Amino acid sequence: MKFSYYPGCTLKTRAAELDVAARQAAEALGVIMEELPEWQCCGAVYPIARDELATRLSAVRALDGAKRLKNPLLTLCSACHHVIKRVNNDMQTDDDMRAKVNSYMDLDDPYSGETKVVHYLEMLRDEIGFDKIRERVTQPMKGRRISAYYGCMLLRPSTVMRFDNPENPSILEDFIAALGAEPIRYPYRNECCGGYISIEARDVAREMSRKIMNSAVKRGADTIITACPVCLYNLNENGTGEVPVVYFTELLAESLGVKEPEGGLVHAR
Amino acid sequence: MHADERKEAETIIRASGVNVRKCMKCGKCSATCPNFDEMDIHPHRFVSMVEEGDIFALMQSKSLWRCLSCFACVERCPRGVEPANLIEAVRLEVIRPLAGNRLRPEAIPALLDEKIPQQLIVSAFRKYSK
Repeated sequence: MKFSYYPGCTLKTRAAELDVAARQAAEALGVIMEELPEWQCCGAVYPIARDELATRLSAVRALDGAKRLKNPLLTLCSACHHVIKRVNNDMQTDDDMRAKVNSYMDLDDPYSGETKVVHYLEMLRDEIGFDKIRERVTQPMKGRRISAYYGCMLLRPSTVMRFDNPENPSILEDFIAALGAEPIRYPYRNECCGGYISIEARDVAREMSRKIMNSAVKRGADTIITACPVCLYNLNENGTGEVPVVYFTELLAESLGVKEPEGGLVHAR
Repeated sequence: MHADERKEAETIIRASGVNVRKCMKCGKCSATCPNFDEMDIHPHRFVSMVEEGDIFALMQSKSLWRCLSCFACVERCPRGVEPANLIEAVRLEVIRPLAGNRLRPEAIPALLDEKIPQQLIVSAFRKYSK
């Protein structure tokens, strides 16, 4: 199973744990993640306005790069996935946008949304299967009570993202169960952490992140997992600090027995 | 309505791709907004005020800087109106002109800590500056 892999800006720096653990786990599961050559930052937020052209181009370049390599495009960061998947949808459905982007980019073969965009979690669920992952787990997380924090970007808008049920998702809980831990559902798991508002008004992000963490702790979680570097930052830095927030790939690599030893890459919590 | 304001309304409708006439005034967008308490003009009012061409007041609204682009209003609108797209289009009308930026690069270093992800800074720049 081979993918072109789009890491994105943060996975090379602050969120290196998300990336490294994902690569280690993929190798253990027999999945080839070939990093897309010369990828650029996706812009981190989807350009909602229909007259925004330049802000869509880096996503189109990534999509076209995977198309030329004849690979599906694998994403890992929630925001990158959101941006690239929605821009791909624009290229499939918006004739005017497709024409403008293609005339700007002047590709040999115009891009029309041919690439399939797959999030790492979708790859685990749909390509490998959680049952198979359960069989590969060598260090089951017995006795652990883990809550999933979905945030916004993977789920909404569901008409385009088609990731899971946007109001009652289960992919991360199924993932947690496959690792041998008990998934702890809680009401705030798909509420917003505040995202970029941390720069503008940190107190707002603090209130939102605390509500989320309180909600999980009240149900008995000992850990929260996420796929998004901004969610992890907001919950860890602006939350109540009662439970650690880690990337889902860190738990996966640990369960498969391939995680880097404690040290260099682990968060200073 | 002022001619400039009418022009702004047309730009916002075009850039957002929103058909404000689909709104049936149920208020679900505002009811579901996680940042409702921080907003002076709420999402359902954006829809009505764009329909009425009342744009200058929206361009002064604190809500432009409080919308999180979480897409809860977009997801839950029973009529597919996409209020967040209107807020984005108004915000762009404010930050696109020269000197319209809310976040300046010089202000960034003081806002950072050692753990802040690049993605968060890029997001804020895309939302608050052009």
